[in-house]
Amino acid sequence: MSELKTLILGRKNVDDPDDTGGMPNDLMTVNMGPSHPAMHGTIRIELTIDGERVVEADINPGYLHRGFEKESEAATYTQVFPYTDRLNYVSPMINNVGWAMAVEKLMGIDELPPRLQYIRVMVSEISRITDHLTCVGASAMELGAFAPFLFLVKVREWLYELLEELSGARLTHSYVRVGGVAKDLSPKFCAKITDILDRMEPVLDEAKGLLNSNKIFYDRMAGVGSFTEDDAIAYGLSGPCLRACGVDYDVRKDFPYLNYGDLEFDVPVGTSGDCLDRYLVRLEEMRQSSLILRQCIAQIPEGPVMVDDPRCVMPEKGETYNTIEGMIRHFKHIVDGIRVEPGEAYTFVEGGNGELGFFIVADGTGRPWKAYCRAPSFSNLQTVTKTISGRLISDIVPIFGMINMIGGECDK
Amino acid sequence: MGLEITTTKLEDLANWGRKFSFFTYPFITACCGMEFMSVAAPKYDIARFGAEFPRFSPRQSDLMMVVGTITEKQAPALKRVYDQLAEPKYVIAFGVCASTGGFYQNYSVVPGIDQIIPVDVYIPGCPPRPEQVLDGIILLQKKVGEGRTVNQMRARREAMKDKQRQSEGV
Amino acid sequence: MSKAVLDALKSKFGDAILETSSKNTDESVTVAVDKLIEVCTFLRDDEKMAFDSPVFLTCIDRLGLPVMEHRFELAVQLRSFTKRHRIRVKVPMEEGKLKVPTLSGLWAGFNWLERETYDMYGVEFEGHPDLRRIYLYDEFKGHPLRKDFPKDLRFPLARREWADE
Ligand code: SF4
Repeated sequence: MSELKTLILGRKNVDDPDDTGGMPNDLMTVNMGPSHPAMHGTIRIELTIDGERVVEADINPGYLHRGFEKESEAATYTQVFPYTDRLNYVSPMINNVGWAMAVEKLMGIDELPPRLQYIRVMVSEISRITDHLTCVGASAMELGAFAPFLFLVKVREWLYELLEELSGARLTHSYVRVGGVAKDLSPKFCAKITDILDRMEPVLDEAKGLLNSNKIFYDRMAGVGSFTEDDAIAYGLSGPCLRACGVDYDVRKDFPYLNYGDLEFDVPVGTSGDCLDRYLVRLEEMRQSSLILRQCIAQIPEGPVMVDDPRCVMPEKGETYNTIEGMIRHFKHIVDGIRVEPGEAYTFVEGGNGELGFFIVADGTGRPWKAYCRAPSFSNLQTVTKTISGRLISDIVPIFGMINMIGGECDK
Repeated sequence: MGLEITTTKLEDLANWGRKFSFFTYPFITACCGMEFMSVAAPKYDIARFGAEFPRFSPRQSDLMMVVGTITEKQAPALKRVYDQLAEPKYVIAFGVCASTGGFYQNYSVVPGIDQIIPVDVYIPGCPPRPEQVLDGIILLQKKVGEGRTVNQMRARREAMKDKQRQSEGV
Repeated sequence: MSKAVLDALKSKFGDAILETSSKNTDESVTVAVDKLIEVCTFLRDDEKMAFDSPVFLTCIDRLGLPVMEHRFELAVQLRSFTKRHRIRVKVPMEEGKLKVPTLSGLWAGFNWLERETYDMYGVEFEGHPDLRRIYLYDEFKGHPLRKDFPKDLRFPLARREWADE
């Protein structure tokens, strides 16, 4: 019981340590999580507090450690795709693309057919939009603004349905393959995505209007969790959080992969690195993604969606059933997996939360010897230790919301 | 005899009430949480089944939805939350990870939450489609209406034992 | 573009650089454990290098591979925002002597990454401010990503008693 009282009332007079108003005078330890309503993602924070003020925070991730690396070591290169889906489950396609690119780099496949590149860019951008929608929507809900959440999730639902049409699954698509994608775009894909984008932009405006003029939301975001540029760089921050600090760095621009080099888009950059900037950067990125998508729709050429490389392409069904070579190749492909030369490679793409990288060590068989994922959430989350100390307990919620820690990716 | 009939009828009535007013505690850990959001959001609208209002305190809820992978590190927290739920309590394992561990069979993942707490309804799928979830909820409603959930059956067994003891005159 | 980095390192440190490679467009350099801090300080502070940001840090366990000179190898990836180049620094380690000086003093971001590597591989980082497990719990015995750790060895914290049903 005494604990509860301290939590609510705290020390009465901070200047005069002797005047405690009958309350105990020392710091208190409070446990937040691992299942806490105001945080999406499971995480436990041990807070040392002085009244309402956080003195020190010990952040404990790992409640969703599912052994991605151990599992991938036992799986073939193609079987790893479902695991990558579940890393950052809000933007699965980007993970798929990242993994495929890492394996392709090891195999020395650098020339991808143009249509394939466009498809990969398009699905990545759709995933980026779903990621940011979820991040903004859920954070708004945690700060008490429920309506924007419903609006944004509605949009996300449209996109999920589109991706389902494409890949067969609403959330865990596993659509990309080494050297290509599972199948070509569905017939009306381009028309549908244009339609969705047309409907999405007004919703974004509406949500933005609701949130920006919401005083509670604004006050709880502005000036909270700010980070200086130098700190951000030394902590290895990346993605929207880094750009909110004013660093103009986006993998898509600085190390263009696929055909991002040919597409026109801007990289929004913030100034102070606080939660409000992070939120605004995310909103703007959704717009830029939609621009990219429109360009892709206008430019996408016809052509194959797989590289022409027998190492990673499955034989045609007719060949499999009718010729012994086809049969053997098919069998080898499924059982042994794609053979990759020994070596190691690191590739990175711009994920929803920042630089998402895969570092693969191959031993020449069909299974990765080591598959390491450079998880942006993990590096981003680390900064929270620094940003919440000295702030109020209630600031934890926006800070966490805007770091957008995704359990699956952070804990792997 | 007469009294017994009234009590069973009363319980039926209570069960009928219970099954249309689940108070959910979503124990969300992983990817399935995204689908849980979709189930709660307008299109699929869990409110049609009287289970729309997530209670974020276990003490105010009776249905726990375990949504997502439970790791060994998380297991004690899950057990603790389950113990805090109000009686009678029901558990839904949402997704294959919660049901069996799914395709994570390794050092860190619990092979199914039934290793830790009793489960009433398993919803397969990785993640389950919202329709499947609604089906699972209907299934649970049926089970609750008939008084066949783990918790209700245990309560009945205990009541019976009590009565036996009384009739034996101890 | 990162070739220049390799050349600069080679000319500055000479024999301390055990190996360099630039396969797959990834530049990497292997250095001995005792020179790690020196090399990294140079990489961070020299104006031409200016590696200001950490990317990842992990360990490779080669147990069971046909060619295995050293069982463990530390891999540290760095990037530079100003110069836009990247490099991977690798440090071979002997089994039984898994001790490396910490890099968290040079780049704050390595703090958690080192904890992760300690958790998964048991590499000890000397001088690390807070070397604890990060993903797993204290009751867990062993380091799961080592190749000799069985995939499904569990150390349960909570299990239910089945007797009462
Ligand atoms: S069942 Fe599938 S979607 Fe659900 S938590 Fe497990 S891996 Fe994620």
